[in-house]
Amino acid sequence: MNYKDILSKLPYTRPFLFVDTLLHLDEEGVKGQFTFLDTCDFYKGHFKGNPITPGVILTECCAQIGMVCLGIYLLDKTGTIATDRLKLGMSSAQMEFFLPVYPNETVTVSSKKEYFRFNKLKCAVKMHNEKGKLICKGTLSGMLKIDSDG
Amino acid sequence: MTKEQRYEKLKEIIKIYLPEDVLIKDVNLDSHFINELNINSANLVDIILDVEDVFGITLENEDMDKMQTVQDALMIIDKKLAAS
Repeated sequence: MNYKDILSKLPYTRPFLFVDTLLHLDEEGVKGQFTFLDTCDFYKGHFKGNPITPGVILTECCAQIGMVCLGIYLLDKTGTIATDRLKLGMSSAQMEFFLPVYPNETVTVSSKKEYFRFNKLKCAVKMHNEKGKLICKGTLSGMLKIDSDG
Repeated sequence: MTKEQRYEKLKEIIKIYLPEDVLIKDVNLDSHFINELNINSANLVDIILDVEDVFGITLENEDMDKMQTVQDALMIIDKKLAAS
């Protein structure tokens, strides 16, 4: 399965898709990028007259690249799956934030698998800016499985 | 390890993942992890991973499916220990 296949299987669309490209993907981890265009709706309100990407959106970006892309890859390796039956949910997120992300910045998310067992994927994630500086890091967990019914 | 010791060890693990409104003294053999103890499926996985470490056993997906109550967990632990 190539990177494009993974992106096509993501259960998101704009305005809530936070993955543009995948740079690397294997069983142990993933690296991908996203550009926060200044047209994103949340900049109108976060903050008034001072647009900065919300931390929850950065966390979501880390989760979509670091957990969901990796999870789809891992699930597809374990058998023949129909990813349109993908069921997923974030179960915990512990993040620390160091630098702000302004409109039109491109971020790079890298994620390292801690474990994927019993449908739970736990990852250590990091997000860097174009200068290679750390924006945020943390640990994310989620449940991912393919619904076998129907 | 006696049955009582295994039960106590299991309760020590469960205690870590109980939500604030559930006390360890409320946990008994018939307690249902998800419906009664309000442990979510992600924390149930953590309990299983801790059980593997503490008891030195390996659980499979079907074991997790069967693990609905504290009693179920103890039975699976007993079975795995007997087979090892």
